Amino acid sequence: MELTELYREVILDHNRHPRNFGRLDPHDAEARGHNPLCGDQLTLTLRRDGNAIADLRFEGNGCAISMASASMMTEAVKGKDRATVEALFQRIHALLTQPGASAADLGKLAALSGVREFPARVKCASLCWHTLNAALAQSDQNTTVTTE
Amino acid sequence: MSITRPRHGLHLLAAQQVQADFPILARTVNGKRLAYLDSGASTQRPRAVIDAVDQYETQLHSNVHRGVHTLSQLATDAYEGARERVRRFLNAASTREIVFVRGTTEAINLVAQSWGRGNLAPGNIGANDEIIVSALEHHANLVPWQMLAASTGARLRVIPIDDHGQIRFEGFQALLNERTRLVAITHVSNALGTIVPVQQVVAAAHQAGVPVLVDGAQAVAHTQVDVRALDCDFYCFSGHKLYAPTGIGVLYGREKLLESMQPWQGGGDMIRTVSYERSTWNDLPYKFEAGTPNISGAIGLAAAMDYVETLGIEHMAAHEHELLTAATAALMRIPGVHIHGTAPDKAAILSFTLKGVHPHDLGTVLDHEGVAIRAGHHCAMPLMDLLGLPATARASFGCYNDMADVEQLAAAVHKAAEVFR
Repeated sequence: MELTELYREVILDHNRHPRNFGRLDPHDAEARGHNPLCGDQLTLTLRRDGNAIADLRFEGNGCAISMASASMMTEAVKGKDRATVEALFQRIHALLTQPGASAADLGKLAALSGVREFPARVKCASLCWHTLNAALAQSDQNTTVTTE
Repeated sequence: MSITRPRHGLHLLAAQQVQADFPILARTVNGKRLAYLDSGASTQRPRAVIDAVDQYETQLHSNVHRGVHTLSQLATDAYEGARERVRRFLNAASTREIVFVRGTTEAINLVAQSWGRGNLAPGNIGANDEIIVSALEHHANLVPWQMLAASTGARLRVIPIDDHGQIRFEGFQALLNERTRLVAITHVSNALGTIVPVQQVVAAAHQAGVPVLVDGAQAVAHTQVDVRALDCDFYCFSGHKLYAPTGIGVLYGREKLLESMQPWQGGGDMIRTVSYERSTWNDLPYKFEAGTPNISGAIGLAAAMDYVETLGIEHMAAHEHELLTAATAALMRIPGVHIHGTAPDKAAILSFTLKGVHPHDLGTVLDHEGVAIRAGHHCAMPLMDLLGLPATARASFGCYNDMADVEQLAAAVHKAAEVFR
């Protein structure tokens, strides 16, 4: 496989110029993701609007794959509801791990399909999604607490 | 350059001849010639080691120290012969001081659990005890002491390092006091390559009546280790960083200290008598070798030591130093490259970063070019924090590397700089 399959232009671009980078204050949830194997770490802050992600940002440091994946994820999930985000997570997980998984309709996120050929890097790409899940679970709890 | 260090090239071993001894180096990686620059993580095995293990497996295998049958005797002779080989390699006074373990990590844990619990037991000397380590330590020479400190109330003190990555000797001396019970220090930093002046450390510690454990994992393949000249109390290393198989390592311990220590694992082979109520311990070193040992590993280690002796460790060290010097110069010519660890005394470890490129991306690009390096925190997270780095790329050299490897490394780093331009 070619290196350009992994480091596609869109990934290099998001690595150089990450979107939605920084902290969101105030926020409804904050979660930290850490990949102890390679030291990648990111902190995700988000604000909810009912069932949807109103806004989110991330900060941290890591390899190009983890930074670009986080950047593209924030673009893809902003304004989306829980069910849509969950479905997207499943699609990305399949894209990263299952040969032949479809990248259709994934937009920029389709650029992550090259990661599958580099098994050591799959966790780099999925770290932000696990962190998002943790933040959403936390905001669910917070929501439960505040409504009772 | 001093007069005793001949000019570039004169130290180089006959690289092609050495490479021919290592079957794995004939393979390609990602369609490219393999430039194996990860010997700091694990060295490759020469044919002589593979053959020695093979011969044991096909001709000699049985359990040791047990049967009266021929194979058991042959296996025992080979295993104990390996112990004698290690004794000679380290110039230890007696094979009673050579304990076979899984590796450096197990050796250090053995000392922490056995010597440590015996000497730092709560109510014994207790909560005021101090253990000195350095800022350079690998997790293997840090975490076991943290665990011991947590269970005994002792405290870890950390020797600071200077900007080049060498320990501050006066900082070490300032830490030595009447509460110090042990100094546990690395011989060579796995992350930066710094050669620590352990002989001076031992001398200063002994003057204060404090024993010293030396983590020799990164040192044994690059420098002559003479435990009597060093005068250290414990010396630990792994076979797989010395051209031997994984899963075998050595704890050298001064006999008097080992005698005073309790076993840390109980079981077969480590006992003299056992009743349902109590047991008595076997002699040294068997007291510390519970269960069936890694017999083939020990035999492989002995063969590796023979191999190293044939090449000559001082020739290997000089050869690797030439490569380190050349690689350092080649990488420094690449814009954006920063070398981490610039102590004058360095083993063949080159830690570096490339501006704007995360070490993991660097590692992937290099792998694509057939260059195997380590990228990450090198199991030295506190040191990385101290340096303000999440990770570095590390090229480390062995006796089989040559100038072609250095050129391949430099070309691949150039390529990474291009990809991420």
